[in-house]
Amino acid sequence: MKGFRKYYGQKILWYLITFVIAVLLNFILPRLMPGDPTSTIMAKVSVGMTDASAIQKVMEEYSAKFSLDQPLYIQFFRFVGNALKGDFGISFTQYPRAVSDIIASSVWWTVCLQLPAIIVGWILGNLLGAVAAYIKGVFDKVLLPVFLFIGNIPAFGMATILLTVFAVNLKWLPTGGGYGYDLIPNASWSFFLSMFKHYQLPFWSIVLITIGGQAIGMRSMSIYELNADYVKYSRFLGIKDNKIVGYVFRNAMLPQVTGLAMSIGTMMGGALVAETIFSYPGLGSTLLSAVTGQDYPLISACTLIITIMVLLANLFVEIIYGIIDPRIKAAQQD
Amino acid sequence: MLNTLKQVFRSPRFLVGFIIFITIFLTVIIYPLIVTVNPLDMVGNGNFFKPGTYVNVSETMTAKKYTLNVDVSSASKLDRQLDETQRSKMSDWLVRFGGVDESEIDTSDAAALVELWKNHYSKDVDQKGLIAADKKYFARLDGKIDNMLASSGIIIATENEDGTLSENSTIDDQAYVNIKDLQTNRTFILGTDNFGRDVLTELVAATKVSLQIGLIAGSIATFIGLILGLLSGYLGGTVDNIITFITNLFTVIPSFIILVLISYSVGSGARGVGLVAIIIGFTSWTWTTRSVRSQVISLRNRDHVNLSKLSGHSMLRIVFTDILPYIASYVVMALILQISSGILAEAQLSMLGLGPATTKTATLGLMMNWAMQYSAHLNGSWWAYFPVILTIALISFSLNLMNTGLDQVFNPQLRD
Repeated sequence: MKGFRKYYGQKILWYLITFVIAVLLNFILPRLMPGDPTSTIMAKVSVGMTDASAIQKVMEEYSAKFSLDQPLYIQFFRFVGNALKGDFGISFTQYPRAVSDIIASSVWWTVCLQLPAIIVGWILGNLLGAVAAYIKGVFDKVLLPVFLFIGNIPAFGMATILLTVFAVNLKWLPTGGGYGYDLIPNASWSFFLSMFKHYQLPFWSIVLITIGGQAIGMRSMSIYELNADYVKYSRFLGIKDNKIVGYVFRNAMLPQVTGLAMSIGTMMGGALVAETIFSYPGLGSTLLSAVTGQDYPLISACTLIITIMVLLANLFVEIIYGIIDPRIKAAQQD
Repeated sequence: MLNTLKQVFRSPRFLVGFIIFITIFLTVIIYPLIVTVNPLDMVGNGNFFKPGTYVNVSETMTAKKYTLNVDVSSASKLDRQLDETQRSKMSDWLVRFGGVDESEIDTSDAAALVELWKNHYSKDVDQKGLIAADKKYFARLDGKIDNMLASSGIIIATENEDGTLSENSTIDDQAYVNIKDLQTNRTFILGTDNFGRDVLTELVAATKVSLQIGLIAGSIATFIGLILGLLSGYLGGTVDNIITFITNLFTVIPSFIILVLISYSVGSGARGVGLVAIIIGFTSWTWTTRSVRSQVISLRNRDHVNLSKLSGHSMLRIVFTDILPYIASYVVMALILQISSGILAEAQLSMLGLGPATTKTATLGLMMNWAMQYSAHLNGSWWAYFPVILTIALISFSLNLMNTGLDQVFNPQLRD
């Protein structure tokens, strides 16, 4: 267990550094650009105000908020300090709602949608890929191109297609939103049922895309492993096929887990855009409306929270990886 | 070299991918030579016209008429001319005053409904509980139905000098025009979009721009990735540590987010097609760096590289003659993947409204964004978005097929 602590300690430390740099990027990138967000904000808040003293007051308020008179690094610490307190300022588009309030109400929609969808898609995709590699023949010949094609449909494209077929044409499921527009969120059955119905299309569009991508990777990994020397040797020894398949699956899984860690950011990016197709009340739609309304504080908070989610997901995958890969355990015990 | 190419083209996967890609590519090149109109011309005055051939109505009036003995049965004409409310009112009347049983009436069958109506309706029946206006309405409806049944054709009239209309000619029900006689018809194979632009022409132009974006972004990403990967793999030591650290950092921090941040900050004024491509290129080099680095590390201590080192060749020469040729296939594969992910990245950015801020050119992402903003997906205008999705999927599919094909050729272990 001592070895594990070191491994995890290193991982967590590394992610903390990454996090700090991510926050720094989040702060610095917009400020390096010609259209400095703070000056844009100033221009924006004073539009339509005629009272000179009021403009002055607003300017001073924002100036103090972003510490505009201070050097950049002090501004950065102010930004971090505010972010830690959960204070991202007031949204422009949904004035006078606080940005943290908007984020808090949308982040769970995204988490509850994407986390299960990516996990389910990943598991199904790996199973199908392994089965295709093992059975070969027609199953493989037919499924591979199909998966390859599905995996290459952009997430928002799959979302649109499912929406057109199942919501607009067949009218089985609602076209958008997180729950019926005639309902107020409460703990009743009808509300949960409505939520469940609205959940289906976004969920399955993410699952399908993920299956396509994962199945391809798992298939080639499994083929690679099935041709490995240890498999041939095990066959010579007369070990049962089921047992060999178990070994192969486990070995082929490991790169897939690493692959998941590396592609989770891309997957979430795609899924966020797919959310907007269904106007699902998650971060994707929030980001879209923030961009449309040029709501800088909201965009900044959205990107920050998405980065945090991706980092956490990655850290989680790495922790799992440490448990399932025996080599890491072995390396730590030396 | 020739042998490798032969081998590559013998891979069925590569071949299929290559054929799809080349088909798209050639379409993009050749189509504008045939259809020379401006792809962003707003032809249609309104949103989302259905796919089909549009014929000038006034020209059909004056064009040569042919009489065909095809039964333009009064049924289909009735179907066209009796709307839902009229039909339900008729069935109401029949049930209340005509003594017809409700089960006998089928409002979807106009001919049967009209027959029942003619058998039972009479304006002299005692219509209890019906206000005078409604009585008049039904009388008028009856007259209208009589007119429809009479099938007198359509009268074309022109205005005289003194302002009265005089009959010019009559078009009866069996008059046809040959579409080839008409000069001004226009075919929209994929209809028009929300701005009234021909979707097919626009799609071809958009595909061209998107391919350019993919190519620019992919080249930049591959170039950066190649340089960093070579440096870090070949030099090792501190340089390797620093580059690996940065690469890992940007692998974990989602490039999508950095893309959003930069694109937003650049502002819509400056965000042209070229800039978006460059931004995408600068945020997606991590994969290439990783794979180039690991390849270079495995090559670094091979005998031929050591021999070159012992011969005192410069680092540049070693890299160009002893390392690059061995990793060329990986770089090409990485480039192919980068092109496809660049096209996808542009599409996703545009969906969020952060794509190229222009109305002068179309990209696949912008077309998708326009279609979604005008709710094409909700009002059934599939032609405005489905071909776009299909094009993105096909480009990405063909590039990935080519990639797996190459992978099979260069990684013999993956051959099955």
